[in-house]
Amino acid sequence: MRQRGDELTGQDGKARAGLLPEGAGSRIELPGPLPLDGGGTLPGVTVAYDTYGTLDAERGNAVLVCHPLTADQFAARDHPVTGKPGWWSRLIGPGRVIDTDRMFVVCPNVLGGCMGSTGPASAHPDGGAYGLRFPVVTVADMVRAQAGLLDALGIDRLLGVVGGSMGGMQALAWATQFPDRAANVAIIASAARHTPQNIAFHEVGRQAVMADPDWRGGDYAPHAPPRKGLAVARMAAHVTYLSEAALEAKFGRGLQDRAAPAFRAGQEGFEADFQVESYLRHQGASFTDRFDANSYLYITRAMDYFDLGDGAALSRALSDSSARFLIASFTSDWLYPTPESRRIVRALHGAGARVSFVELDSDAGHDAFLLPNADFEAVLGGFLASAADEAGL
Amino acid sequence: MSEARHALIAGSVPEGARVLDVGCGDGALLRALETGRGARGYGLEIDAGAVARAVARGLSVVQGDADTDLAAYPDGAFGVVILSDSLQALRAPLPVLRRAVRVGARVVVAFPNFGHWRVRASLMRTGRMPRSPALPALWYETENIHLCTILDFLDLCGAEGWTVHAAHGLNDRSAFAFDPARPGRANLRAQDAVFCVAA
Repeated sequence: MRQRGDELTGQDGKARAGLLPEGAGSRIELPGPLPLDGGGTLPGVTVAYDTYGTLDAERGNAVLVCHPLTADQFAARDHPVTGKPGWWSRLIGPGRVIDTDRMFVVCPNVLGGCMGSTGPASAHPDGGAYGLRFPVVTVADMVRAQAGLLDALGIDRLLGVVGGSMGGMQALAWATQFPDRAANVAIIASAARHTPQNIAFHEVGRQAVMADPDWRGGDYAPHAPPRKGLAVARMAAHVTYLSEAALEAKFGRGLQDRAAPAFRAGQEGFEADFQVESYLRHQGASFTDRFDANSYLYITRAMDYFDLGDGAALSRALSDSSARFLIASFTSDWLYPTPESRRIVRALHGAGARVSFVELDSDAGHDAFLLPNADFEAVLGGFLASAADEAGL
Repeated sequence: MSEARHALIAGSVPEGARVLDVGCGDGALLRALETGRGARGYGLEIDAGAVARAVARGLSVVQGDADTDLAAYPDGAFGVVILSDSLQALRAPLPVLRRAVRVGARVVVAFPNFGHWRVRASLMRTGRMPRSPALPALWYETENIHLCTILDFLDLCGAEGWTVHAAHGLNDRSAFAFDPARPGRANLRAQDAVFCVAA
């Protein structure tokens, strides 16, 4: 397994912003302290980001892509840590759904993240990593940091904000916090609030992290993070991203490298016997190579606190936005099911906003927004293309 | 005839109105109302593929079921609610019409008129459910499960106390207005009917 000590700690032994190797990707430092929902401010905030395409002379073709919980700014580039293709490589590129021949894509790593943006693994002004000294951050704080990045890039108004899952929450928050800054907002497989069930699953994950003795109250050594706890958190969360149909189709009750259950062959113990067990163990273990345990605690908490209200309150929150909206959900997504998307649609109608909504057929569960889906691509591509047409790009 | 029908519907849409097209398909009518009447158009459509095509046209269309989803809109949310060729495909047309009258200042309803002479003659001659270019499906396949005539629709408006502001008939040759209080031969002449009603 990869040793991360020298990634997390520079030659001088100081903590670094997460797991991103020195020199990889782009970063800016916000000019002033970032005000937080918690009341305080955070000094010296770095926002790591990636871009695709070219910003036009009028600075009018920028599309902000907001990443989901465990993804990062490398949406359409081979990942500098894992080497894997970007999580939305299929969608972002020349002639693709988010067409970089026409649009300039900006994808920031969220505040509290671990791929270069300021988070709990970053250096505390008083020395060492923040750990649990990092303040609670919210989705609104993440959006404020993104706005700071756009200020620094000289982008006043966005052609669009696009996000799935937690990225969709950020996109929705953009419409409430900066109603004049985004002309088009696409909210995919997301919600205007975390349900008790969402919070419950996140709490299981956080408890798994904190139950790992290596977590050490959040003050773990960079080379000895709570891998086991974080892996279990990822395993539990990963199940919520799939669906029964997807698990059935992918694994069934298939056994791992054997024809009969291990106990029939006289083997004892609890090694992974089913393929689905082996798959989840792999998902959990590989996750710990690219994600920081404290970041996981902070970001899941930010999502749990997300709640833009219901009915009239949500309508009021969105009433200042002049944006055109696309809301999309997937039939088998039980993490952010269609009724949650419809709440947003109703609120937008109440606010008199221009909104489109479609529930897309998929057996893939919540993960559907990351997987090939021709209907989804047609809807999002059509939405963005008509946005670009309307803007005269 | 659909262009003539669109023109008649547009005649009941005030300049710049907020319009909800219930069963908007891929949004051809909405697009025409946006460009022709400066309307702010919204669509409700059950078929995901049609929604995708409408969204790609830059329209605001929500995938949903008219039979259930109209209830979610606030009173008077729209200047005009349109049901163009949708009424006869609803499971429960009356509750939907009542909601349409509630959420729209006026409601434009266009439907194939089963009182047209050719429909009557076909039933008389063949003894079987009439089929036509507009209603080509066999009785057990058709989505048009609540067909009515001009007189049936006027009876309903009377029973519900709705005011009929405009009544038009359409056939292969012409589009014509008629007096809803005295429909006369309109029920024989019109293949399609377009009404504008309000509470």
